[in-house]
Amino acid sequence: MRIRAITQRILQQFIHDKRTMALMFIAPLLVLSLMSLVFSSPAYEPKIGVSADTAVFRTALEAQQAEVTGYGDVDSGNAALKAGDIDAFITMKGSTPSVVLEGSNPAANRAVIMALQEAAQSLQPAASGSGSHMPQISYLYGAQDMKTIDRFGPIMIGVFVFFFVFLIAGVSFLRERTTGTLERLLSTPLKRWEIVTGYVCGFGIFTIFQALLISWFSIQVLGIMMNGSFGYVLLMTLLLSMSALTLGTLLSAFAANELQMIQFIPLVIVPQIFLSGLFPLDTLPLWLQRIGLATPIYYGSEALMDIMLRGQGWEDIARDVFMLIGFSLLFMLLNVLALRKHRRM
Amino acid sequence: MNQVKPVIEVTGVDRSFGNKRVLKNITLQVDEAETFGILGPSGSGKTTLIKLLTGIDEATSGEVQLLGVRMPKLKMLQQIGYMAQADALYTELSAKENLEFFASLYGLKGGNRTRRIRDVMELVNLQEHLRKRVDQYSGGMKRRLSLAIALLHEPPLLLLDEPTVGIDPVLRRSIWQELKALNRKGTTIVLTTHVMDEAEKCDRLAMIRDGVLLAVDTPAGLLQATGSATIEEAFLYYGGVRQ
Repeated sequence: MRIRAITQRILQQFIHDKRTMALMFIAPLLVLSLMSLVFSSPAYEPKIGVSADTAVFRTALEAQQAEVTGYGDVDSGNAALKAGDIDAFITMKGSTPSVVLEGSNPAANRAVIMALQEAAQSLQPAASGSGSHMPQISYLYGAQDMKTIDRFGPIMIGVFVFFFVFLIAGVSFLRERTTGTLERLLSTPLKRWEIVTGYVCGFGIFTIFQALLISWFSIQVLGIMMNGSFGYVLLMTLLLSMSALTLGTLLSAFAANELQMIQFIPLVIVPQIFLSGLFPLDTLPLWLQRIGLATPIYYGSEALMDIMLRGQGWEDIARDVFMLIGFSLLFMLLNVLALRKHRRM
Repeated sequence: MNQVKPVIEVTGVDRSFGNKRVLKNITLQVDEAETFGILGPSGSGKTTLIKLLTGIDEATSGEVQLLGVRMPKLKMLQQIGYMAQADALYTELSAKENLEFFASLYGLKGGNRTRRIRDVMELVNLQEHLRKRVDQYSGGMKRRLSLAIALLHEPPLLLLDEPTVGIDPVLRRSIWQELKALNRKGTTIVLTTHVMDEAEKCDRLAMIRDGVLLAVDTPAGLLQATGSATIEEAFLYYGGVRQ
């Protein structure tokens, strides 16, 4: 009854506040569109090193969009690769080219592989079936399953959903305090957990629509790679929103005004983005990787990548689902405790 | 002696924030169906005292009892109608939506809720502005809406923190008439004020300054005890600005 009252009130406030609603629904779409433009524009021209014995292949490569440099011996080529002067180094193993990718930049990896494939295809008629020109690829840094640029999509969905919900929920809970309505609420027989639950329900309804819109827009309009179930994408987006909502309302207890709420962005949001898997985590120091394991966005984007890129199902995202539910419950509980600061009973 | 059970009993209450003692050893009683005024300059501890009575805040030492129950106690909050000093309203909602929200928190529903909303809005003379958004309200209108919300669930005890600030004299008088009518129906009212002429309308007055309770008496009693002609003089007398 009381929870319903709060839920209904939040919905009414939203309907009256068109701008906040626009921020929640339109802003993520805008930013995602921008992202998609930025990442799909000019093709990167890879720098490829070749050893002296790859003459045939070299000619084919030079016809592609690539900067090709010749190295007299294998050692100097490998050194250039290590130094980061070239993105890949090609040598011949018999009649098959062997490619070592530098590997730390997904954009470069993809460009190299594309150039190689096209070069190999152009050689195919001449070789007429005898022996393969398809190169063998290995990586200098990074692992075999080095992600391509497509991985940004799922992560960015997670990041933006988290960011906007965190901010809006945090600020609106903060305003309960600064306008005195929180004190007014606490002078009614309302229990502290009812306030927190009411917020989760009220915002929850909005985040369902937000999750629907963002997932649909990313996949259908922006055409972000999608191999898995739409339902799971929706579920993960929603759970991530929940964790953002509960964390935002919790942290608002430690902000005196809206500006201080904004100050949580570099502290809470930005580090999560860096540790979300956007950049390869394997190369980070262990303690930093461990911190990543304690952030909701990490689990959200991990699961979204599993679903959207690898087309995986429930068994593979179950851990992430439970982690996010756990985070939300923990933040809610802490918020109920933080409200003790305002009323002890 | 007619033995009236006190509605509020404050015994030896101290409230400190850090090492600042805001209330010092306050002891007082408020009887049923009276209007009890707390008079004092700003910063004297009036609001802190009211918050202790509402149960939102808790005394550092000493105890507050409400209808014989030691505060803070969640179920007692249903007995209280509280009007804070700041208008705690959702300004992006209409008056009606605000009223419905708080009515639900106090468990009012259906026809009873509609009836109470109509009644309290008539009382504060805002019935024509029921559907208006609160951010279009003037300061005085917001004050009246806050009062209307405090009255919604017909609480036996009203705690009003500076209820008539920003309300014009005509409306102020009609609000006082209503408060007195509530008294007659058995509602106990505790209010803070720093308006002296308003203080005279209270049945009894507590004078408070720097967290110390200076005196508690009827307005007439205070005048007599201090040999003053006005409440203002009496207040100055207790405040140490003695002649």
